[in-house]
Amino acid sequence: MTEINKTKILDITELKRDFRMGVETVKALKGVSFSVEAGEFVTIMGSSGSGKTTLLNILGCLDQPTDGTYLLDGVHVKNPSRNELAHLRNRKIGFVFQSYNLLSRTSALENVELPLLYNADVPTKERREKAMHALEAVRLQDRMDHMPNELSGGQQQRVAIARALVNEPVMILADEATGNLDTRTSYEIMSLFQELNTQKGKTIIFVTHEPDIAAFSSRTVTLKDGRVIKDLKNPKVLSAKESLAALPVDKDDA
Amino acid sequence: MDFLKLISLAWKALLRNKIRTFLTMLGIIIGVAAVITMVSIGEGSKQSIRSQLSSMGSNMITVRPFSNSTVGGGARLGSTGLQTLKTEDAVSIQSQAVNITYVSPAVSTRGQAINASLNWPTSLQGVSPSYLDIRDWALSSGVSFTDADVTSSAKVCLIGQTVIKNIFTDGQSPIGSTIRFNKIPFKVIGVLEMKGENTFGQDQDDIILAPYTTVQKRIMAINYIQNIYASAVDENSSAAATAEVTTILRANHQLKAGDEDDFSVRTQAELISTMSSTSQLLTVLLTAIAAISLLVGGIGIMNIMYVSVTERTREIGLRMAIGARGIDILLQFLTEAILISVTGGLLGVVLGISAAKLVTLLLQWPTLVSQSSVFLSFAICSITGVFFGFYPAQKASRLDPIDALRYE
Repeated sequence: MTEINKTKILDITELKRDFRMGVETVKALKGVSFSVEAGEFVTIMGSSGSGKTTLLNILGCLDQPTDGTYLLDGVHVKNPSRNELAHLRNRKIGFVFQSYNLLSRTSALENVELPLLYNADVPTKERREKAMHALEAVRLQDRMDHMPNELSGGQQQRVAIARALVNEPVMILADEATGNLDTRTSYEIMSLFQELNTQKGKTIIFVTHEPDIAAFSSRTVTLKDGRVIKDLKNPKVLSAKESLAALPVDKDDA
Repeated sequence: MDFLKLISLAWKALLRNKIRTFLTMLGIIIGVAAVITMVSIGEGSKQSIRSQLSSMGSNMITVRPFSNSTVGGGARLGSTGLQTLKTEDAVSIQSQAVNITYVSPAVSTRGQAINASLNWPTSLQGVSPSYLDIRDWALSSGVSFTDADVTSSAKVCLIGQTVIKNIFTDGQSPIGSTIRFNKIPFKVIGVLEMKGENTFGQDQDDIILAPYTTVQKRIMAINYIQNIYASAVDENSSAAATAEVTTILRANHQLKAGDEDDFSVRTQAELISTMSSTSQLLTVLLTAIAAISLLVGGIGIMNIMYVSVTERTREIGLRMAIGARGIDILLQFLTEAILISVTGGLLGVVLGISAAKLVTLLLQWPTLVSQSSVFLSFAICSITGVFFGFYPAQKASRLDPIDALRYE
């Protein structure tokens, strides 16, 4: 990949979001601007109250800014209807949540198929096939028929990642995707994200408050009190795979 | 999302909570089954009353002597004691009334029928040959007496099944034999077909029919008649026929404008409508009760759908996050509600029909499963599903995805 041909997946300028709490107005975002190019792996960091959840909601087309512009894959997201937002979420964005949000008593395969149900462009026949490919990409091809409660936390999150991938979105939005996992599993998930980023060229925006997770990304945007206070390229991206190998082996795991 | 996928998704969601789904369905099942069974019981009794009355001749008109005047110390006279009806009255009706097809004078008495060593108390009706047409009564064997027999006061008779059973030994053909009624010999020329009990539980086959002239002269020694039976052209013209008969009889009896009738005219149609309206009321009451249970079932669906929407708030949030539109969510929950009610409705139809059959089988009550009640209750329960499922589904579709995803 050359620097010149990179397209902007996401471009926000002076994004503001106010919430009315009774008579008071809370300014959650006070003018946030940055852009993300295709193939980047960006972490958004910040303590609670920094506005990162609000930003994530806007980037994920779940919420709309009070002011400012948001360009997603060249589409100007401005005063869209609920249905238009739903369409954008379906085609352009793949969500990965902290608590996986898999449907219980529904097989891994069916969970992954879910976004395709709301995509009229994918014929019924292709759904299963696409979902199987997505599960292969997260190396869960032998767990397709398992229910979420038959899978470990890490496996459940991998199903969720497959679900995020299945519609071939322009970016994956991960919200504290390793927040519920232990260190080892977190590293496994991060190594999967890195693999998707480097080998498949997926654009990933990863919200976290853990600096060691941010170290696996190529760039870190830090928010504080509704503003970007740092936006740095990571000079030395850690390999999650190597970090995983370097972890001391727990006797209980062996 | 295509229709089939919608249904299969809804099924899966419902199967995830089998017991709850079944219990919710139970409300509808019981509601629909109740409607069908109740209506079938109501319709069955209506039908059986109607057919019993029709077996007596549904367009039959009965004329009796009647008097409101009193004798002696104020005692009113019973109709049998009155002698106001004459054979001429029957003749006038026959010749003048256009809405009347058949007319038969009638006298009747009770007595002992004897055949060889067997005897049996029964009633002897003196009628004209038209009586069989009026009553819609056929002969199982033999022939009827004729107008000539009436003119000649012939000692011939037709006998009912109950009488045969009691005074003839098995296998003996009554035709051609002579029986005695109050010592007068009658030749049996025909056997009446079995008619069974009437609406009031009377055995209609416990009867002997003979020419009315014979009964008048040889048995009762009277020259008046007790009743006139007639049949209207059809059931609908019985009111017109009644009016005609009244006019003719008033003229015959030379009653003045202000005078009361000295006879009464009753139609079978009146009786049918009285009886039917009673059972109609029964049907309406039963249906109302059943409809209430269907309503309760519908409220059950609404309740469960609300619980389901609340419980699956996160699922709704997730579906929205991955691209479900409001309408997709609405349809999903609506489909679930409709599936519950339609499946419940189908099971209810099956249960209701089986229950109706069981009622007939065990309690011997007549039931009639009417197609309209099946379609109606099924339609109502489908509408119930849409109606009671809509609000919860709409609530789900209007959730904010951010709040829904964060819902604990």
